[in-house]
Amino acid sequence: MTKKEYDSIPGTIVFDASKSREGYHLNQFCISLRLQKNRDAFNKNEEAYLDAFPMSKEQREAVLKRKWNLLLELGGNIYYTSKLAANDGINFQNLAGLMTGMGVDSYREMMLKGGRSIEGNRDKSEWGED
Amino acid sequence: MAKIIAGVGCSHVPAIGVAMDTGITHEEYWKPVFEGFKKSREWMKKQNPDIIFLVYNDHCTAFDARCIPTFALGCGAEFQPADEGWGPRPVPSVKNHQKMASHIAQSLVLNEFDITIMNEMEVDHGLTVPLSVMFGEIKQNDEWPSLVIPLCVNVVQYPAPTGNRCYNLGKAIRRAIESYEEDLSVIIFGTGGMSHQLQYKRAGLINSDWDKRFLDLMTKDPVGASQITHLEYLRETGSEGIEMVMWLIMRGALNESVTEVHRHYHVPASNTAVGHIILENDA
Repeated sequence: MTKKEYDSIPGTIVFDASKSREGYHLNQFCISLRLQKNRDAFNKNEEAYLDAFPMSKEQREAVLKRKWNLLLELGGNIYYTSKLAANDGINFQNLAGLMTGMGVDSYREMMLKGGRSIEGNRDKSEWGED
Repeated sequence: MAKIIAGVGCSHVPAIGVAMDTGITHEEYWKPVFEGFKKSREWMKKQNPDIIFLVYNDHCTAFDARCIPTFALGCGAEFQPADEGWGPRPVPSVKNHQKMASHIAQSLVLNEFDITIMNEMEVDHGLTVPLSVMFGEIKQNDEWPSLVIPLCVNVVQYPAPTGNRCYNLGKAIRRAIESYEEDLSVIIFGTGGMSHQLQYKRAGLINSDWDKRFLDLMTKDPVGASQITHLEYLRETGSEGIEMVMWLIMRGALNESVTEVHRHYHVPASNTAVGHIILENDA
């Protein structure tokens, strides 16, 4: 795959056209949960509801197991996956607590202290990644 | 003729709307956020604009992945607040000035900005939260004090339009509005930002120094601001910080020289740095 200039940013998945293509059915599933009648149907039988969305097996598993980071790696976008989280009673801030691996309380604490600093978080090399 | 009298930049964090809707704005966490809008609400009352031209982004509400227009102008008569997954916000529906909106649509396309025209559209927190912070609590069965022409910008799927494109679109919007024959006063809002990243392992990123420089540029060097690259937004302000290109549409619609009458900056509101600025056109 062609290297993109933003690939060097650590801990970040840029939702570009290629991700959008990969995640299309996954994201369309997530956004369907915006409506109460769909949330009801999903909550009644998750597997059966997911059958209507031709996503990959991996994406489907990630939905069922609520693997929030994997969902993004497989083409999900946060504005979509947050609808699945909202259905589980998880708001944006608590979802961020889960995605960062920090846990809800320490994440909230970090935000109260001014958030994650840009220092040391600009480039993958600073995270010891390629 | 219609006239743009001022521009407003402000964040549109959904949790700010929730705080207003549930009446917890006086709590310690929220107090400093809302303190900074006190002066803005007095200013809005004094300006009493006929129309707000509101630049915002939809969060997969009116536009899911099926259709992703880069610029979409609301031309319908009325826009209902959408259910974003936790029930619609209890705020009034948003009423358009349809005649001006259709005039702008025509003018923009002839000026080579090929916008999408929306005659039916629900609006989400991206549009209603800025109205709420600037007008204060308005009951659902009352009306917003101004008519609203919405312009929706794609900033969800990369790439958003460039800062330069947005800045020039602002200029074209000004030409369109100021060629409308009725004497109407217009305030343009650019919303979203400031630094924030909602997703993946770097979530929670805040870059206050960068944000403050951006606010300075809004006042003093908009052309400089229009040249900020997408890579810089992504790296320095977080993946969702790129929303700030929408402030450039607002800024492009003002004079080169403006007076900054108010500024407010606070961290955090949920995951986000809240930024706000009011710029008046110098006579």
